Amino acid sequence: MSAVLIIAEHAHGRLNPSTAKCVSCAQALAADGGSGIDIAVLAADAATVAAQAAALQGIRRVLTVERPENAEALAAVLAPQIVALAPAYTHVLGPSTTFGKDLMPRVAALLGVSQISDIMTVQSVRRFLRPIYASNVVVMVEATGRIVVATVRTASFQPAASVTGAAVPIEAAKLQVALPTHTRFVSRSQVDAARPDLQTAARVVSGGRALASADNFQILYRLADALGAAVGASRAAVDAGYVPNDLQVGQTGKIIAPELYLALGISGAIQHLTGIKDARTIVAINKDGEAPIFEVADIGLVGDLFQLVPELEALIRARTKAKGLP
Amino acid sequence: MMSGVKRILVGIKRVIDFSVRVRVKPDGSGVVTDGVKMSINPFDEIALEEALRIRERGLADEIIAVGIGPAEAQQQLRTALAMGADRAVLVQIEQPLEPLAIAQVLFKLVQQHEPQLVILGKQAIDDDNGQTGQMLAALWDRPQATFASRLELDGAKARVTREVDAGLETIEVDLPAVVTTDLRLNEPRYVKLPDIMKAKKKPLELTTPAALGVTLPAASVHTLKFEPPPVRARGVRVASVAELVAALEQRGVL
Ligand SMILES: Cc1cc2nc3c(=O)[nH]c(=O)nc-3n(C[C@H](O)[C@H](O)[C@H](O)COP(=O)(O)OP(=O)(O)OC[C@H]3O[C@@H](n4cnc5c(N)ncnc54)[C@H](O)[C@@H]3O)c2cc1C
Ligand SMILES: Nc1ncnc2c1ncn2[C@@H]1O[C@H](COP(=O)(O)O)[C@@H](O)[C@H]1O
Repeated sequence: MSAVLIIAEHAHGRLNPSTAKCVSCAQALAADGGSGIDIAVLAADAATVAAQAAALQGIRRVLTVERPENAEALAAVLAPQIVALAPAYTHVLGPSTTFGKDLMPRVAALLGVSQISDIMTVQSVRRFLRPIYASNVVVMVEATGRIVVATVRTASFQPAASVTGAAVPIEAAKLQVALPTHTRFVSRSQVDAARPDLQTAARVVSGGRALASADNFQILYRLADALGAAVGASRAAVDAGYVPNDLQVGQTGKIIAPELYLALGISGAIQHLTGIKDARTIVAINKDGEAPIFEVADIGLVGDLFQLVPELEALIRARTKAKGLP
Repeated sequence: MMSGVKRILVGIKRVIDFSVRVRVKPDGSGVVTDGVKMSINPFDEIALEEALRIRERGLADEIIAVGIGPAEAQQQLRTALAMGADRAVLVQIEQPLEPLAIAQVLFKLVQQHEPQLVILGKQAIDDDNGQTGQMLAALWDRPQATFASRLELDGAKARVTREVDAGLETIEVDLPAVVTTDLRLNEPRYVKLPDIMKAKKKPLELTTPAALGVTLPAASVHTLKFEPPPVRARGVRVASVAELVAALEQRGVL
């Protein structure tokens, strides 16, 4: 019998889609007829996020923990509250986004266990598959501690559906926990809300070092607009300052699973490939026919991206127009 | 010293070099390490580089590089000394430890050396766990600032810019604190030959968990099997953008 607590990720009153993916992972755990899946929403004002969480299919209830200190997701502040909720559960899950990666190990340590990082597959309530060595190796691990604390590799799970109308109970948890004041939020950069989100987009157009400047990335943005795609990048493109850090795809950036991934002027280093292994279709355009990216590409085109990418954009736009698509 | 810290502790893990294509042993008991190039975990090089820059700005007195691992891990600590660490400690243990155990050993070293700042990598690129810094901060009951791309010391506080999924976030933490590094924090220096010679004279202390008085926790995660990942089927080559679009239509993704 498993009882799973999922820590909701949210910002600006919106539940992050990573939470629905954690629910899918938890459902695999609860397949033994376990007692259920709860979602904890820690926030200053939890109502709108709790309502979104309560609509997720397959859960039992939503717990809200409202405190002004929870206005920003600071691991040192959230962790002791999660630890206070944990005794009722066999598993505590968070997403393997920067939110979960920051928070969950702190929770695990306070609970006296190591964390299972990046669950790809649930084999049983205590057996999981997870990637190591930039996904060059998959290990089967067994958790033997008194509680399982884990992050869920979001690219490995489909989001649980949202159902309207059939919402589960939302309960306010009353916790007596002293919170530290040694960690304070200062500021956060603005996100470009006009573009699809890299982590959830169905289509992603990524550029590498070959783009050679921030200005040149515009040809990629135009193609992305034509496709309704998000934009991503290799580490080399981020390091060079062509695009911001949150666009990095790979072992140490974002792990994504779009329907369509276009790698443009990216060589295909293992650290990059880790981030796109779960993409349904990978397209590579590279002037070097021997580039390792072609080993994983479903469709490869050898040539100069500065010529081919505008051509591709024009063709996509013409096609969209001909079909009367939006 | 005006407003700096006395001591910085930096984690140095010995890992298979990032350029190696790691292979699983045929019997699934581990990965092939024979004749494989070993290096400092890249994020730990960044951690050490940051500590060196803090010291070079006159804001730290001493940098201790700490490693936990087999005797061979002395090589990576020697490199850390050559980069500029003042001294090194190897907590020798042959079998790999899980993150909570590593954090407990580090916590013991923290109690012993009382650093004001501990800088670790955000993840070790072998096990890709990404846990140790957060765990050490939890055991120590101190702040954590993970995925740092900018670190400014200001008296008894540090201001850290973090690389998060939504972009950049800045937090302020009271010292002592644990910081974990992201790729953009700095570009580590290369080691020069004379520094390698000089490093031979710097102190490298060998100890063990038992000698430190750490009782290692019972393992909570057991690795049962190593497998190669599934391989993607080989794709097709197209000769033009028109063929590319046709291939995409055929796959039903356009
Ligand atoms: C600890 C660590 C973590 C890392 N994490 C990541 C990560 O998360 N994500 C990541 O991406 N990398 C990561 N890396 C870096 C990785 O090893 C590679 O260095 C990086 O992915 C290379 O980026 P790139 O493909 O853009 O550049 P390059 O390898 O330089 O490739 C550029 C490609 O562009 C092609 N090209 C050049 N001009 C043109 C043109 N006009 N038209 C078409 N093609 C052209 C070239 O043939 C080449 O294949 C990491 C490395 C380390 C050590
Ligand atoms: N055996 C070790 N020796 C020294 N430092 C370590 C060791 N294991 C982990 N660390 C530190 O903790 C960081 C994160 O490691 P991990 O949690 O294993 O991904 C590394 O980048 C190191 O700074």
